[in-house]
Formats: sequence, C-alpha cells, structure tokens
Amino acid sequence: MNAPLSLDAGPPHAATVVARIQESPTIFTLQLRLDDAAAQAAYRFAPGQFNMLYLVGVGEVAISIMSDPEDRNGVGHTIRAVGRVTQGLAALQPGDRVGLRGPFGRGWPLQEMGGRDVVLVLGGLGCAPVVSVIHYILRRRERFGRLVIIQGVKHAEDLIWREQYDRWSKLPDTQVLVAADQGAALWPWHVGRVTALFDLASFNPERAAAMMCGPEGMMRVAAEQLLARGLPESSLYLSMERNMQCAVGRCGHCQLGGSFVCRDGPVFSWGQVKALLAHRGY
Amino acid sequence: MFSQPDRAGFMPFAQLPSLVSRLSALGYRCLGPTRENGAIVMRELESPADLPRGLQAEQAPGHYRLTSDPHNRYFAWSNGPQAIKPLSFAPQESLWRVERDEAGSLRFAAVLPAADKQAIIGVRACDLAALALQDAHFLRAGRRDPHYARRREQLFLVAVQCAEPASTCFCASTGDGPTPTAGYDLALAELADGFVAVAGSDKGDAVLKTLSLAPATSRQIEAARQQGAAAAAAQTRRLPGRNLRDALMSRLEHPRWDEVAARCLACGNCTAVCPTCFCHAEIDEPALNGQASRHERIWDSCFGESHGHLHGFNVRPDIRSRYRQWLTHKLATWHDQFGRSGCVGCGRCIAWCPVGIDLTEETAALIEGGQP
Amino acid sequence: MKGPTAIPVKPRVAVHKFSSCDGCQLALLNLGEDLLELAERVELVHFAEAGPIDPMAEVDVAFVEGSVSTPEDLERIRHIREHSRMLIAIGACATSGGIQALRNNADGAEWVTRIYSHPEAIASLAHSTPISSHVKVDFELWGCPVSGPQMLAVVNALLLGAAPRDNADKVCTECKRHGYPCVMVSRGIACMGPVTRAGCGALCPGLGRDCYGCYGPAENANTDALAAQFGRQGLEPRAVVRRFQSINSQAPAFLAAADKARMACDE
Repeated sequence: MNAPLSLDAGPPHAATVVARIQESPTIFTLQLRLDDAAAQAAYRFAPGQFNMLYLVGVGEVAISIMSDPEDRNGVGHTIRAVGRVTQGLAALQPGDRVGLRGPFGRGWPLQEMGGRDVVLVLGGLGCAPVVSVIHYILRRRERFGRLVIIQGVKHAEDLIWREQYDRWSKLPDTQVLVAADQGAALWPWHVGRVTALFDLASFNPERAAAMMCGPEGMMRVAAEQLLARGLPESSLYLSMERNMQCAVGRCGHCQLGGSFVCRDGPVFSWGQVKALLAHRGY
Repeated sequence: MFSQPDRAGFMPFAQLPSLVSRLSALGYRCLGPTRENGAIVMRELESPADLPRGLQAEQAPGHYRLTSDPHNRYFAWSNGPQAIKPLSFAPQESLWRVERDEAGSLRFAAVLPAADKQAIIGVRACDLAALALQDAHFLRAGRRDPHYARRREQLFLVAVQCAEPASTCFCASTGDGPTPTAGYDLALAELADGFVAVAGSDKGDAVLKTLSLAPATSRQIEAARQQGAAAAAAQTRRLPGRNLRDALMSRLEHPRWDEVAARCLACGNCTAVCPTCFCHAEIDEPALNGQASRHERIWDSCFGESHGHLHGFNVRPDIRSRYRQWLTHKLATWHDQFGRSGCVGCGRCIAWCPVGIDLTEETAALIEGGQP
Repeated sequence: MKGPTAIPVKPRVAVHKFSSCDGCQLALLNLGEDLLELAERVELVHFAEAGPIDPMAEVDVAFVEGSVSTPEDLERIRHIREHSRMLIAIGACATSGGIQALRNNADGAEWVTRIYSHPEAIASLAHSTPISSHVKVDFELWGCPVSGPQMLAVVNALLLGAAPRDNADKVCTECKRHGYPCVMVSRGIACMGPVTRAGCGALCPGLGRDCYGCYGPAENANTDALAAQFGRQGLEPRAVVRRFQSINSQAPAFLAAADKARMACDE
C-alpha cells in the first residue's frame, strides 16, 4: 500500500462514486471519494491538474479535476462520454467503484494571479480545466481583480451550465461573453465566432492574466487577440490535451516537442508552446 | 576501454567457454548471439561452446543477410535486429492487477517481474549508449520505473568492440562507438587469437579476476585500439551533426516530409528496433469472470494510429506527421529531454525498414538542402 | 463504435453463419474451457455449431460470420439486424466479402457453369459482399479466421459495458514484440505485414514465412510503397496483384492496390 500522499505512484487506489450528475446528453460529473478515509483526507490538488480514472477491465483515462481544492468530501470530474472508458464510466451509478491515481501535472499558477484581472477563455464542450478556475475564483473573489469569461461553442445547445453563465454575468466586476457559431431559439448571446467578442472584453492588460482551454486553433486566435490588446505573453496560460496513458512522463504518447504534457503540463505558458501550436500534427 | 591498459587482460579463444561457465556458476542465465531465421539474435546459450563463429552481417537499407567471415571471428557480425532493449524494457508485461472482492470493493496490487540474473555476451557500444538513455528515461530521479529497474539491475553486460561495422552503422558520427567506453561490466576486443578483456565495474572485475588472465601486452592493446579506429574510419554513413535540434525544428514544414511519407509504410519497425525508443501503450486484460483484470504495458510506436489518439480526433492522422514526430523526437527534442540526441548510430532503423528508408539520408536532405 | 448502452447482466447472444467456412465459429469453439466460463455469463440462444438453434430470436448481441452471397442471405441479414441490439461482424468474409469475393472481379456466372453440373441449382449473387454493405455493423473483427483471444476480448468488453478495443495497427507491431526478425529484410520475401491489420500475433512471420494479409488492411496502409518494394524485390506486377487479391480482395485499400498493379501489368 502506498503512503496516502503518493497516490500518483503505482497502481490506482479504490474509489467510490458518491454522486453522479448528468450535465448534458453526453456530459456527466462523477463525484468520487477514495475508499481509504485517510487517503481521502490527505488528498490535495491544484486547479488544472488531472487524475487518471480506471474502469475495471476496460482501462484508464485522464480527467481534469473539477471540484474545489478545499472540498474534502470528494473529488469531482466532469467527463464527456466519447471513448471506450468514458462511455463505460457514463454508466456508473452512486456506489459503483473505480480506480483513481493522481493528481498529475502542473495546474494553473493561481498564486501569481492574486490582485490581477483574470481573463478566462473557454472553447467547446465542458472545458473543465477552466470552469474549475471560475469556481475557484468566485469562492475567493476578493483575491482577484476583474473577471472576464469568454466562452465559444459550435452549437448553442453545446453550452452546458447555461444558468451559471446567466448568474455569473450578473455578478459585480464580472463580464461574461458567450458566442455560438450556430445559434438557436432564445439564445441570448452572440451568434458567430467567439473571436469577435475579444474587443468587448474589459480588463487592464497591464495587470491581467489569461487562462485558456479548448481547440488549439481557437486558442491560437484567442492568444493573438489578447496579445494584441497588450497582454504580456508571460501572463497567458493554456491547458493542453494529448493522449495520456501513464500520466508520469513515461509512455511517450503526450509528447509535445520536448515536453511531456502529462508531467510538464497540462498547463503551459503561451511562450512554451506557441512555436509548436503553429504546426498541424505536432 | 583502453584507458587503463595495465589492468587489461588477454583471454585466448580457448578460454571463452570458461567465461560463460563462470557467469553460469554465478547464477546468471547467459545470453549470447545465436543464428535464428537468418539473423543474429540474443538467445540463451545452452553450452559455453554455443557462440557462433565465422559470421558477418551484410547490411544495407532494407537488407540483412548473414555471410561468412573469412577470418572466422566470433563477433564479426556487427549487430542483429534487436539490441538488448527487450531485456530491460519488456515488449509486454503486467504493471498491476485488480480484483473485485465479495463486498464489491476493488483491491489493486502491483505486479513486479521475477527478473532472473542475466549475462549478455556480445553487447555493442551503440547498445550500451542506448541503454544509458533508457536508464535516463526509466530510472529518472523521483520517478523510477520499478519494472524496468528490477530487470535492469539483474543484467551483467559483456561488451564487444566492433571490428567489422555494417554499411548501415554510423556510431562514430554520433560518438557512441565502435569501441565501448562505459556502461559495461566486461568489455572484449577480439584479435586473431583471443580477446583483450577489461572490467568496467566491480562485478566485472570480480569475474575477470577468477579467470586468471595473463596481462594484455602493449602490442595487443595497440592492435585493439587500432582496430577500433579502423572500424570507425570504415563507416560510410554519418549524421550531419550531433545536435540537429534547431536545424530540424526550423524545418517542420519542409517538403521532404511529404516525400518520405510517400515511401514510409508507417509499420513502426524502426521504432521497435530502435534501442532508445521507449513509447508503450497501457491496456487491460480482463479476466473471464468479469471480477478481475491485469493492467499491462506493451511496446507502442508513434507510427501507430492510437499513439496520437485523442477523443474524437487524431493529433497525427497521417504518415507525414508520424514520421516527422519520430525523426524530430529522436534527433531534435531528445536534446530537450535528455541533453543529447536519441540516436546512437546503430543503423537498425535503416537496415530493418522494409522499404529501406535511411535516416541519415532523410536528415541530410532536410538539413543540407537549406531552409525552404 | 458507440458504447453499448446498458447491456443486461446476462445478455442474449446469437452466432449466425452466412457464406463462410465456419472457421471463425471454430475459433470460438476452440476456446474450450474459456468458452464454458464465458457461457456462464451470457445466454447463448443461437449457435448452431455448439448446439442451440433459434435463428429468429431477439438478441442483445449477434455475431455474424460470413458474407452476403445469396439472395437468401440478403433477407436474413436484415432480419437479424432488426432483431439484434448490437451486430458484430467476425472474420474476413463478414468484413470484406472473403475469399469468395474474388468472383466480384470475374464473371461469376461463367464460373458456376464451368464448375457445377447443374448450374441452375445454384442461387448466387453476382458479388460477395461484407455485412456492412447491407446493414449497420457495430463492430468489425477482422481475420481469416479470427483468433479465439480476439473473440474473448470482444465479449469481455461488452460484458464490462465498454466498446471492444479496436487495433488497426500493422502486423509488424506484433511481429516485433515477439522478437521475430523481419522476413522482408532478412530473407527478401514479399510480406504483407506492413499493410495488414494486427490481431493474429504475427503467426506467419513467426514461422519464417510471409504474412498474406488475411486480417485485411491496417489503418494508413501505404500499399503504394509496399507494392513498389515488392517490385524492387523482383515480384512481377502480376504477382503483386495476387498479393492484394486474396482473402480480403474487396477491402478498399487492397482492391485499389491490386487495380494499380494490374494497370502496371497492362503497360
């Protein structure tokens, strides 16, 4: 048995589904609790890190941690049912067991962002790594400056947690900009490219930091827009996605140039990855 | 291997079986070059006299044939289709298993290999350089791979200087051969009547002492040294430099990638025979009763479909991006990860490519053609 | 493939045969004790080679061996699709049309008159076609025949509530894990391994002979590059055609490769 603080080494640890929430037809959240109470109590992570979840006999999958790092009741994972393992995980119900290893990788440098305006850019479905940051900031609102949330989706119905966006948009010092390439009836937000919204974002680029996740093409365009607004390159961060199997920089699948995304990421500063993002297939 | 000539011994051919017997007596399973399916492969030596003699390996892009060695030497066969990689990084092995108990709880347990002590006779300088890189990857501080470590620490390596490089060899250009310089327990250089033998570790020193060899003469040592220099000079292939990182990374959209992709089978043979490639996939082997499973790792390749797989799309869907990933990792981004190139000049990716794609030729075409 | 939505605890399973040699069903039967253990977890409602016969039954999972080759096959496969929640095609016949699809490139009717004394008794479609040409197939297991372990893996995955793991990599990946020296390189023989889907465990190269492509095309099969190499190894264009026109002649990648090589014959 591993010591409680090294849950990321060796085999997974048994965990139980304590809650399951269907967020959209294909997206669901599993709240997990480690079966070993001491391990659960000792489990610590930073927003932006991920766990490897294991479905017995099927395999493991890397899932970003969604819950708040100070929530001791369990660890939340918002998952899209798209592959063998995630489709299997989708069938789980409270009381079912899985394996868990983690947390892995580097999270968002939130310590460096105290007092600064924060721009959060989300593309596509879910985007758990950044949604977790929104929750994190809102619970510690006094530590940060303005909060600008920019979300783009393909279809209006892809936007999950729609009520949250409505709620956030009413908060003081908070701006919510949402766009869908294809709108729908009663869609209150912009129809068109999300990149058209960046000019509307209100923040002080000299004292702001930005965090992004989503399709790489979208992040490239978003980065150009933010940098053009005067945001320093060193204040721009993004969460990368690659095939992860071992999660400890060993199996080789997640390499992005010289980096192992599982170990050196998934959060990178823009300067670390911008050169490779320009090349398709890297 | 000639840095301390006063400690070198001379082992006449007749004494080679006693080296094998000695290692067996110490509990090592002795592996050595064996002729199998037209190639030299490392297999268990059934008797000390088993080592094949008088074989050379004629190699060219996509071509490997055993021919006879006019000098009837033991180790004139340059190298075989596989280095010693499988002995430390197993092609398939269990990492852990899980069982569901009657209460429905999951019980996970690590599965570690029962590694035998193994002595390998006939390890080449390029193989040793590759092993050092595999060590750097799998035994990284703070993240030691226990499976690799367990196999690795059981190895006793008897290296042999290359006197007869194949046409595909270019270890001199990468700085990794043909004479072994580090990482061995014992190293041999084959002369006309026996071997100059030196120890490279305490383990090796202990074995060497039991053989009670006569000291090697300065003429013998000089002959071995010159033989290594001649083997280096005889190599016809080379890489255009030892650090090609910036040169390659500034040519990621070079038209040569498309051109090589048209010839490449994306079969992954180059990655499987490469002694430094470390990629592996993790898969489950569920038990039939549905209540248990073994979690395994198997060799994988960046030329395969699943390597770049991501939900709903593939990062590297085409052969062009896969070949580019392989070559630029090996020769460019390896520097970022390990402080040197990932190529040790063994030439296996050239010889064992079914269509004979030549890494040195591709690299030269990419780099010497100037920046597009 | 989409995952099976909530497969019942003990799913009803049928094994159907179309135009085929029964070899894939044998792969299942040859599992012996493993099959018995597996049978505990499923309800085998139709498997003529093993005993139970109820071809019209409503099932959760239908395994289909064989190609659609007769008018009767056409009717039957539609019925099976309508009465199965999941349909899994097993073997070269079911996935590409099989060896009998060689007639697709010839005058099949003429063959019938030459071979059979009563050709009027033969009801055969002009083409032998894979199951996926006629109905939606949830998963394809390639091979001639499929291997027992592959069958086990598929059933096991379904029982665990997951899609089977697909492996479209080349035979070479298995060949090298076994440590077999490449027969193309060490013996100069024309091996189909570099364009053929893994799954057999590199059976033929392990015996020192060439792979003949019985698992069908792998993903990103660069047949042009392999055909060119066969030519350099001394294979005549006609022989290159035959390499690709074998058990999986109608698999698109192999069909296109054979057509290209055939054009070289004509030149």
